[in-house]
Amino acid sequence: MTRDLKALFEPRGIIVSGVSSHPGKYGFVALHNLLTSGYRGEIFSVGREAGEVLGRPVFGSIDELPEGPDSTLDLLLICTPAAVNEQLLRAAAAKGVRAAFVASGGYREAGSDGLAAEQSLVATAEELGMLLAGPNGQGVISTPARMCAQIVAPYAPRGGLSLASQSGNIISTWLNLSSHFGVGISRSVSAGNAAQLEVIDYLEWFAEDPETKVSVAYIETIQQGRATFERLRAISEKKPIVVVKGGASAAGARAAASHTGALAGDDAIFDGMCRQAGVIRANDPEEAFETAATLATQPLPKGNRVVVVTSAGGWGVAAVDAMARTGLDPMPLPEDLKAAIDDLLPPRWSRSNPIDTVGAETRDTLPTILELAAGHPDVDAVVFLGIGILSNTAAMMRQGQFYPDFGLERIVNFRERQDSRYAKAAVDIAERTGTPVLVATELANTRPQTPGPATLRAAGVMCHTSAGRAVRSLDQMVRHALWRSARGA
Amino acid sequence: MLSACYTGDVSVTLSEAESRRLVAQHGVAVSPFVTGDSTAAVLAAMSTHQQLSYPVVAKLCGRRIAHKSERGLVRLQINDQQSLQAHCDDLLAAAKPDDGDVELLVTSMERGNRELIAGLHNDPQFGLVVMLGVGGVFAEAFKDVTFRLAPITQADAEEMIGDLSAQALLGEFRGEPALHRQELVEVLLALCEVGAAHREIMSVDLNPLILINGRPVAVDALVEISQ
Repeated sequence: MTRDLKALFEPRGIIVSGVSSHPGKYGFVALHNLLTSGYRGEIFSVGREAGEVLGRPVFGSIDELPEGPDSTLDLLLICTPAAVNEQLLRAAAAKGVRAAFVASGGYREAGSDGLAAEQSLVATAEELGMLLAGPNGQGVISTPARMCAQIVAPYAPRGGLSLASQSGNIISTWLNLSSHFGVGISRSVSAGNAAQLEVIDYLEWFAEDPETKVSVAYIETIQQGRATFERLRAISEKKPIVVVKGGASAAGARAAASHTGALAGDDAIFDGMCRQAGVIRANDPEEAFETAATLATQPLPKGNRVVVVTSAGGWGVAAVDAMARTGLDPMPLPEDLKAAIDDLLPPRWSRSNPIDTVGAETRDTLPTILELAAGHPDVDAVVFLGIGILSNTAAMMRQGQFYPDFGLERIVNFRERQDSRYAKAAVDIAERTGTPVLVATELANTRPQTPGPATLRAAGVMCHTSAGRAVRSLDQMVRHALWRSARGA
Repeated sequence: MLSACYTGDVSVTLSEAESRRLVAQHGVAVSPFVTGDSTAAVLAAMSTHQQLSYPVVAKLCGRRIAHKSERGLVRLQINDQQSLQAHCDDLLAAAKPDDGDVELLVTSMERGNRELIAGLHNDPQFGLVVMLGVGGVFAEAFKDVTFRLAPITQADAEEMIGDLSAQALLGEFRGEPALHRQELVEVLLALCEVGAAHREIMSVDLNPLILINGRPVAVDALVEISQ
């Protein structure tokens, strides 16, 4: 049974414990982040110093809050030392609170006394029927609730990715990447020591959550391997999960009597388990984000046949080279597609995959070719590398001393509009044809404000920073699609 | 190699003859073989076996015989009944009192350029897992292997074959036809059935699993059970 985590991700009201007037303290930061993210529910501050913090009253204890047991307070965000936290759980439960996020450390990670305190905290939560997230975690985010209940930043734009991690830092990395690429987050939780709620519990809830399209997880340890496998498989059938496993390289082969056992390193079995469960395994947090962001913003491909569209030779060659290391097939161009493009370009165009327009394109050539390729029944995915050349020249002209004279204003505007038009076409065509159209340009990294990447960011669609990275994400996506289709999912 | 210890259990390795009988019972493709505790019994079994013909290999098997080859207990390329009889007598005479119960195993002399390895392994974290890999002397150096949690489906088994990096080995190769993929799928599914039927299994090695005209055939099998 999926645990109902609504009180954690959609609380109607929140109590923050450990609120202090010192802006360096976690309790202050947590309150600050909640107010700044625009959380609209009730927020009560509890702390040792009487008076106000951030213009709001601080209560000396939860008991003093002007709310009864049937209050709409659902979540307690704990930033106080371990010693007082069990008492806080009890006081909060008396006000009707159903979930606690424990940001405080001093638990399992702090040795045997800490472990005992953690076990006792879980026992109290169980007794009170409360959800317990953490301890020793950085917090929880829920953009539909405009809630940044974190003791650190950043926050992120709203979108379809939901995150659960055994490491808080990696959550921060993903949130920053989300802001950078404009592919937003729905829910995010740092599982901390995962004393009661584990990463798999969050993933299970995300699978049922209408705000979540794709889940991303970072895990270091797995409890109950077989049960976790069954749960992951059930989740994957509903929504894609992208996982990064920390500590993968440390695993060695086990001592065993059999060859099979000697070859069975922890990582080899984990890897096979992911393949079997349909879990998309990424090598590192960046790849995990890019793959998840692609899955969340592109249709799922039907197969592995890929056409590359480029306005310059080298980019296309790099994309096809990258495919050689994957299961993707840079398919020969279908004859009818070739013939259709012959009508649009002079005879010197590549006439093969990659489709290289050799700079001979006019205003609508690239969008038309994208539409033809993505709309062709034999083509499963398109990688588009046509953005950047026009913006590069436009940028130099705009910054140079001759701008806007000598006709520069008009040509700069045209060139910038073209990159924007190409980006928009890629988004519209993917949506219209149901074929993924991945866009890659290093400008997404080096100059994200230029029109191509900026248009994609505004549309909330992933813009890859290189052909190779687009190919890597596409390969993961195709693999997952094939897993689904082989099981009729 | 040492016996594995797992949750306090001590494991026992079955003889090749016992191992072959156990996996063959569940449909794992093993090279045709006969067994017997005397030369006469083996020769009699040979004479009625439909698929087993010369040349053959004769081995002396026993639970306590871990390294048959090193002890000269594997005789290859036996071309007729007369030599088989001599080898069988010789093998029985080579048994030592410490070897405990022994029996003769005669199997076909199979040749193929491609060797795979498949097996089961009881993992402390994930339970019984099934493995497929590229076999041969470099198996543990290349580690071109893939695992799944048993039991697996047809789709899982097909994906396991696709996981191997050495796909070139699985196509047409040195005049031999491409791997018959469905037969390899069936080996993997049968291995899982072995595991499901015998909960005491700690590991199974089919090593090597030779491709003969593209068809996978185990020419050695080793089953380890907990006691």
